[in-house]
Amino acid sequence: MRELWRKPFWPLVVLLLLNLVLAPGFFAVRLQDGRLYGSLVDILHNGAPVALMALGMTLVIATRGIDLSVGAIVAICGAVTCAWIAASPDPTSPGAAIGGIGVALGLAVALGAWNGFLVSVLGIQPIIATLVLMTAGRGLAQLVTDGQIITVNNPLFSAIAGGELLAVPLTVIVAAAVYALVALATRRTALGTLVEAVGINPAASRLAGVRARTLIWTVYVFSALCAGVAGLMISSNVNAADANNAGLWLELDAILAVVIGGTSLAGGRFSITGTLFGALTIQTLTTTILSLGIPPEVSLVFKAVVVIVVCLLQSPKARALLGRRRRRRGAAGGAPPADPPPGPPTPDPDRADGAATPIPAQRSTP
Amino acid sequence: MRWTTESAPRSTIRRPVARLAAAAALALAVTACGGGGGGGDAPADAAAGGEDTIVMGFSQVGAESGWRTANTKSVNDAAAEAGIELKFSDAQQKQENQIKAIRSFIQQRVDVIAFSPVVESGWDTVLMEAKRANIPVILTDRAVDSADTSLYATFLGSDFVEEGKKAGQWLLEQPESSAGPVNIVELQGTTGSAPAIDRQEGFAEVIAGNPNLKVIASQTGDFTRSGGKQVMEAFLKAHPDIDVLYAHNDDMGLGAIEAIEAAGKVPGQDIKIITVDAVKDGMQALADGKINFIVECNPLLGGQLMDLAKKVVAGEQIPPRVVTEETTFDQAAAKEALPTRQY
Repeated sequence: MRELWRKPFWPLVVLLLLNLVLAPGFFAVRLQDGRLYGSLVDILHNGAPVALMALGMTLVIATRGIDLSVGAIVAICGAVTCAWIAASPDPTSPGAAIGGIGVALGLAVALGAWNGFLVSVLGIQPIIATLVLMTAGRGLAQLVTDGQIITVNNPLFSAIAGGELLAVPLTVIVAAAVYALVALATRRTALGTLVEAVGINPAASRLAGVRARTLIWTVYVFSALCAGVAGLMISSNVNAADANNAGLWLELDAILAVVIGGTSLAGGRFSITGTLFGALTIQTLTTTILSLGIPPEVSLVFKAVVVIVVCLLQSPKARALLGRRRRRRGAAGGAPPADPPPGPPTPDPDRADGAATPIPAQRSTP
Repeated sequence: MRWTTESAPRSTIRRPVARLAAAAALALAVTACGGGGGGGDAPADAAAGGEDTIVMGFSQVGAESGWRTANTKSVNDAAAEAGIELKFSDAQQKQENQIKAIRSFIQQRVDVIAFSPVVESGWDTVLMEAKRANIPVILTDRAVDSADTSLYATFLGSDFVEEGKKAGQWLLEQPESSAGPVNIVELQGTTGSAPAIDRQEGFAEVIAGNPNLKVIASQTGDFTRSGGKQVMEAFLKAHPDIDVLYAHNDDMGLGAIEAIEAAGKVPGQDIKIITVDAVKDGMQALADGKINFIVECNPLLGGQLMDLAKKVVAGEQIPPRVVTEETTFDQAAAKEALPTRQY
């Protein structure tokens, strides 16, 4: 039972229960013009971009890196696509949209390769290497749009966020497909183990024959590509590119989703389902705030409290303290002491410094 | 200690590289902020122009929106027309750039300084320097919170409370408002920003006069289209009976229109929409009948600014607060104004 608290899905369950009690109609889903319509659909649809970015971030973090530039890449890809469409001879034609999307995704890959080059070849600390693009990237996007919001009216482009397949929004389908592919590639092949090996010890894995440099390069390219697709979703959702605001601070949301999902920032192990739950938790939190009508002045505090509680309950030390208190109270009440007071958290044999693994994601199964 | 021992020497090797990279990143960031728009340093040539031309130093916030670009263009055009020599400096959203620019204006001994403060506080020192140099300062568009109002000659800008009131007044005059209860949802601007606070306050003050009008939900959409869309989606699910949407700017209203259409309702008819700003995309939606009423927040204050500058340099008395000339648009007025809309 106590193991259950370690699972990354419970904050999501608690939030949904809260809505079940306080927000009637939250779970209602109906068809509207051939598309599913309801708060749950909103969560999946609006959560898809961050979920994708968090997926790329998970692999980067698993190699003991971090990618701060994903928010800027969102802005760049939205800006480039919309600028391309607006500048093409027929802005409503499918060709214009395909051209814009192609250029934007190509640029995303190039930017990811730049990050990967800085980290894997030049050996620059990932936080610094990606900070370069985080600062400069948004400026680049503003340069493309001239600081203006570019509005486009292209049916194919707006279908990225506005379209649906069998009544399910395309954004959800795309995100789910990418998750499934990555889960298969990392858990059904050796790729996942190789990524973890690089994260645990790059030097040793290189000596063992793992091509660490190529792997690190690849995860940054993949992260940028995910951010690029997220950027297309975000700008398609409003049919406009807003270089100043699109993707602003989303890199932090993506990192938060990874952390809530149980992936250690120290690298070496990762959980893809955990990240998915983390991303959905963040979006559910936002939607909950809106549907419960929590005033905007306190909504940030509400968010912060939820995040702190989630992180505390994932921390073995905090949990041990909590458990000890509960037991002591039980003993004072006359009940026979259940079991000896727990010692310090079990040291993790995989961790060199002897500290307990902060967030046991992969190997916590009872 | 399996990997720590091994990676320790590695990290010492890496450290100079990392440090170099940090320096490079910093340099990049600085050039990114300082370059482009001329940075904080105004051109050092042309010391104060001729005898009778007025020289104005103008420090703009940045170029973050179409509204701001129109504002810059208006100031430039009006200066050329009024025969005032303009020294323009773009602060790129940074207060330190703006303070640098003002100091450089003081050194060049311009006749009058005008600027749109990036933030409200922290201006006392540099404004005091301008006052000691006997250079009058005109604030445009945004205010400062200095207790000493003698530090600046006047504040020329929109009255956001008045904008909120105009929005509320239009709603009061609609026949539906006297017929029965009207459920209003509000999309606020960035929490804590002056336009968001004032536009909410002015609107609430006016609609308080009619008990039929009730704001049933109010959330922030951060002045962005995405924000407006997402919040409106949630509003539509939580409140099936929305009659009116009041958005603190056009962009949030435009995002909300998409959410309303996705919910199978007709924006402008099933849900009446009031917004503030009157940028071109908003005016287009108004002309298309998707928005019902827009309160203008006018960036074209260049003419008024040049008039005030001439007066203050000539030593005439000017009022400490001048409100920008602003109007409102309904759908018919939007169709008329759209072809000549500058921004």
